[in-house]
Amino acid sequence: MKEITFTVTDPLGIHARPAGILVKEAKKFSSKITVFKGDKSCDMRKLLQLMGLAVKQGDTINVQVEGDDEDACAAAIEAFLKENF
Amino acid sequence: MQVGNGKSIVNGIAIGKIKIYKEPERIIYEGIVDDPAAEVARFEAAVEKAIDQQTVLYEKAIVDAGKDIAEVFMVHAAMLEDDDLQDSTKEIITGQKRSAEYATKVGFDNYAQMFADMDDPYMKARAADIIDIQGMVLDNLMGLDSASMQGTEPAILVADDFAPSQTVKLDKSLLLGMICIEGSSNSHTAILARSMNIPALMQCKEVQDDWDGKLAVIDGKNAVVYIEPDKDLLDTLKKRQDEDRKKEALLQELKGKPSETIDGYNVHVYANIGGPADVGAVNQNDAEGVGLFRSEFVYLNSKEEPGEEEQFTAYKRVLESLAPKLVIIRTCDIGADKTIEYMHLDKEENPALGYRAVRICLTRKPFFKTQLRALLRASAYGNLGIMFPMIISVAEVRECKEILEECRQELLKEGYKIADNIQIGIMVETPAAVFCADELAEEVDFFSLGTNDLTQYTCALDRQNAKLEPFSDTHHPAVLRAIKMTIEAGHRHGTWVGICGELGADTTLTEEFIKYGVDELSVNPKSVLPLRKAIRSIDRSKLLAK
Repeated sequence: MKEITFTVTDPLGIHARPAGILVKEAKKFSSKITVFKGDKSCDMRKLLQLMGLAVKQGDTINVQVEGDDEDACAAAIEAFLKENF
Repeated sequence: MQVGNGKSIVNGIAIGKIKIYKEPERIIYEGIVDDPAAEVARFEAAVEKAIDQQTVLYEKAIVDAGKDIAEVFMVHAAMLEDDDLQDSTKEIITGQKRSAEYATKVGFDNYAQMFADMDDPYMKARAADIIDIQGMVLDNLMGLDSASMQGTEPAILVADDFAPSQTVKLDKSLLLGMICIEGSSNSHTAILARSMNIPALMQCKEVQDDWDGKLAVIDGKNAVVYIEPDKDLLDTLKKRQDEDRKKEALLQELKGKPSETIDGYNVHVYANIGGPADVGAVNQNDAEGVGLFRSEFVYLNSKEEPGEEEQFTAYKRVLESLAPKLVIIRTCDIGADKTIEYMHLDKEENPALGYRAVRICLTRKPFFKTQLRALLRASAYGNLGIMFPMIISVAEVRECKEILEECRQELLKEGYKIADNIQIGIMVETPAAVFCADELAEEVDFFSLGTNDLTQYTCALDRQNAKLEPFSDTHHPAVLRAIKMTIEAGHRHGTWVGICGELGADTTLTEEFIKYGVDELSVNPKSVLPLRKAIRSIDRSKLLAK
């Protein structure tokens, strides 16, 4: 299993438009991707759940990636997070 | 006459008949259905169709509403594709044996409620997105078309709020203005109104059903709507509408044209801005770049010293959205009349001549480096110029450049990308800088004349003291001579020279500045086009022959 810790700097947090693209990115891989914020968590493939986490600027999220393509998947997700949030 | 108040989005005037825009009435069967499997299939087909419709709306919106609104439809498509949303709706059909319509109503409402219950105002507003896609799925299921609600005559439309899909479907040639009972200044309706330059009032609670069909005027500047105004008022407002149209015509006439004299001498007309929120005004007024971006907003909007990331994000946003236009960011100009609690500045006898701007930065190096690092990192995303304020000596400029270089080396080691074409300049706003302009020009790519401070320091007249009004002369020959000397000194060393103070926008001086050979004038966004018009009417060769 791979793990990413990321602090959001975007003033809008994880907002709708890039979240939609993030979900698409997540769907390219077969690994299970779970996003944790505090005691809440969700599947990164699910846009409405992800938006429901209400990740704001300054929040730290933890992403766990598990599956056959976890290395490539974790690298792609981390790069995407850094670039967009 | 009735009057309504609201939050205004566009400053113009709209005159026309009110048309109340009502949602189609959807009568939904709430009873048990015989064949849930068929209902699931109907639901799937309606969702599929709605996803296709988002693509069509996206393409339409790109053309007439801009990218920001268009992207909403990509989000809608992604929401419609969401497994949870689809599964929970199908669950209602099969579990409770209900119609696809009923399940769509209940299932989507649950998600809208989830967003409405969130604390964050941005996320709260996403409930409207769910309601919008719900409406489209319902219309597909029931064979309804909401486009007919607008009527066939030009009108000011009134609604609770417009869903993004509704705003895009509206026939813009029939749309004079918009009034919403709900809706924030961040709503899609507001964004659309802004991008189309249509007067709009949000949160207008006074709306009455009997307004329908009556003559109304939206006065965007005063955020008011008048229903059946009396003749005098109507005439005054019509006159203002006329003036606005003339200004609009000026924009149409000059947009995209170079700021060039009759004989081909080119002056760059840039805009002065105070924060990321002003980027829209830069584009709307067709400024060719930003000649002065006051970075104070990052310090003033913060309770504690703003960090590198925060500053980087703000600078990056502006550079990225204006690229490839040049954006000159002035480093921290705090002090004098602009003080901030967390900086713990002492009270001074003579603040205008005191501890301010680069004087603070050079004595608080870590503070200065935070900003310079943020600027250098942001440089990778656009076309950056960095400008140091309140310079009086070559030694200061060299020190600023050394610290900048130190930051650059650190960042490169840390693996950051930095643009290699960053222009470096200084504000020329002290008599000392004017007298040393030759030496200073050797150090930098550009000068920008800050005429407000230059006037105050040259004439020894405190800007803040109203009693000095009778002594002040904004066109004082000493100031004009200082400007001329600075331009000439700059040009002797290949340094370009601009003016970013208020004098730059004074069109009675434009001829004079062009005669001196000014390269750039940076003015408030509203003055960009009138200034361009003035420049285009000047023949420089005739001025020089005089």
